[in-house]
Amino acid sequence: MKLRTTLLASAVTLLPVATMAADMTIGFSQIGSESGWRAAETTVTRQEAEARGIDLKFADAQQKQENQIKALRSFIAQGVDAILLAPVVATGWDQVLEEAADAEIPVVLLDRTVDADESLYLTAVTSDLVHEGNVAGQWLVDEVAGEDCRVVELQGTTGSSPAIDRKTGFEQALEGHDNLEIVRSQTGDFTRSQGKVVMESFLKAEGGENICALYAHNDDMAVGAIQAIKEAGLAPGEDILIVAIDAVPDAHLAIAQGEMNATIELTPNMAGPALDALEAYFTDGTMPPKWIQTESKLYTAADDNQAVYEMKKDLGY
Amino acid sequence: MSATTPSVFKRILPQLIILAVVLALNVIVFPGFLNIEVHNGRIFGNLIDVLNRGAPVALLCIGMTLVIATRGIDLSVGAVMAIAGATAASLVSDGHHWTTSLLGALLVGSLCGLWNGFLVAVLRIQPIVATLVLMVAGRGIAQLITEGTILTFIDPGLIRLGAGTIIGIPTPILIWIALGAGAILAVRRTALGMLIEAIGINEASSRLAGINSRVLLICVYAMTGLCAALAGVIVAADIKGADANNAGLWLELDAILAVVIGGNSLLGGRFSILASLLGALIIQSVNSLILLSGMPPEFNLIIKSVLILCILVIQSPKVGHLIYMLRASSLHVPPPEPPSRRVLTPKEDAQ
Repeated sequence: MKLRTTLLASAVTLLPVATMAADMTIGFSQIGSESGWRAAETTVTRQEAEARGIDLKFADAQQKQENQIKALRSFIAQGVDAILLAPVVATGWDQVLEEAADAEIPVVLLDRTVDADESLYLTAVTSDLVHEGNVAGQWLVDEVAGEDCRVVELQGTTGSSPAIDRKTGFEQALEGHDNLEIVRSQTGDFTRSQGKVVMESFLKAEGGENICALYAHNDDMAVGAIQAIKEAGLAPGEDILIVAIDAVPDAHLAIAQGEMNATIELTPNMAGPALDALEAYFTDGTMPPKWIQTESKLYTAADDNQAVYEMKKDLGY
Repeated sequence: MSATTPSVFKRILPQLIILAVVLALNVIVFPGFLNIEVHNGRIFGNLIDVLNRGAPVALLCIGMTLVIATRGIDLSVGAVMAIAGATAASLVSDGHHWTTSLLGALLVGSLCGLWNGFLVAVLRIQPIVATLVLMVAGRGIAQLITEGTILTFIDPGLIRLGAGTIIGIPTPILIWIALGAGAILAVRRTALGMLIEAIGINEASSRLAGINSRVLLICVYAMTGLCAALAGVIVAADIKGADANNAGLWLELDAILAVVIGGNSLLGGRFSILASLLGALIIQSVNSLILLSGMPPEFNLIIKSVLILCILVIQSPKVGHLIYMLRASSLHVPPPEPPSRRVLTPKEDAQ
């Protein structure tokens, strides 16, 4: 009896070590292909899994929570070692997460979090939207170095959390720097065409020579605004400083061509940190923190943007 | 049928007044509104922006006016814009000449229109449902063409259609004015306009009177698809890329609104393309007002809807009649007849 218990106990402790290596199977429930960034996240997750020799089972939920719950149940039935979940909405996950917990399958949330008890998932890997805005603001504060600067802002879709948080972060960074003033702020709906239209009106309402910098909540709007600035006979990146967020390939190209100054990366590599955490967990039972913040890397003209563009352009953005 | 100048003027007078009022509001909010300068050989100014940015809705409302005149509606124009933009972008990035790409996009747009026309005229599906099919499916088709990305291109010929100029004037302005003038001439200098109105008023009797309503209906929807395709190419050329998710999103509603502000009845019958085009300019002037006002974006939709509501209330038959009555009584002119364009057709009366 004693021997049996010892054997069993050692088997239980050995089991994770054995599965941690090449034969690990992980299920990934992706929201769907809602944006270029999402497509890039899927590509990078596949690459990360392949590099680690992990068998990745991929399920596309086509923006429906019921599909994600079905996918999770099927992962549990297949007895995968872990589950990556990019939740489409925040609520309604408790039951299926409990089922995963009962089956002792750790769940890692990617990019977004859920309204469920923290004990139901291993960790969440997300970016900090406020921090992204903060990095953008800090860059601008350093760049103008105390000189007076009138800033125009292209907001994301009104009421969306990236728009609210990226605005908040930027304003926090500008606090206490009276030389910087946001003179116009309007929504460009995260799209190129609306970014261009709104920038046109900014240029006319303020006069192009009176605008010193543009802060856009995403790169697409900045790319649209660059065209508007060019059509107004000004040089984007020189006459008007441009900083935006996301670091999509076209933004790297614009920086490489000197038409944009900085972009903050919303990395599509959420899976890398997630898989690192899972490996550590399976190897020696290290519990990761409940929130793993991805790096919000700042890209400026000092980086080799042409190379980054070449690397990123085939990720599916 | 050929309209004489005074009656055309009388027809579009309310739209002209509203446009003048909205433009005046723009001047109040931003005194430099009417300034026009030339930068790098390009006319530059807020008024030009209104004409330029109004191009997609103006193009859409040319076709939409005709469809609505036949008692129909086309909800798919926004999606057709996305399809056409994606087609043009993918053809031009495959190395085709920009004219080929443009023709390809227009052809695809017309095919979309033919499909709608087939559903409405041959299968007799209600227009709002028939075109809803393509409204939903169209964006998916566009995404299939672009493979879910923003398909960018650098062909100067295609870009000139959206962002370029001809003798200093932005190309989109010239395109919509030319197409609008062409359409107005086609419907008013021939019997075409009257035939379209006849279908809208009473299709059964128009058929009995010898009008081939089926062919005409299909042609009208194809024309709408063509207009939408042109708008889609302009929008894509403007940002040098086809954005299948966002190109033309909700623009079908703006186009319908432009037709309504133009004083056209959604119940079909009499129509005026010129008034619809003025409606499109009114909507764009309202958009410009919102942008220039510098109000926080949370107010955008509220301001727009309040202004549109005011415009529609002023245009409503009741208020129009009231104004007429007041004027008549103060001038002691007896017959308090409502303005002629508000007279209901027999069919509408029966509703």
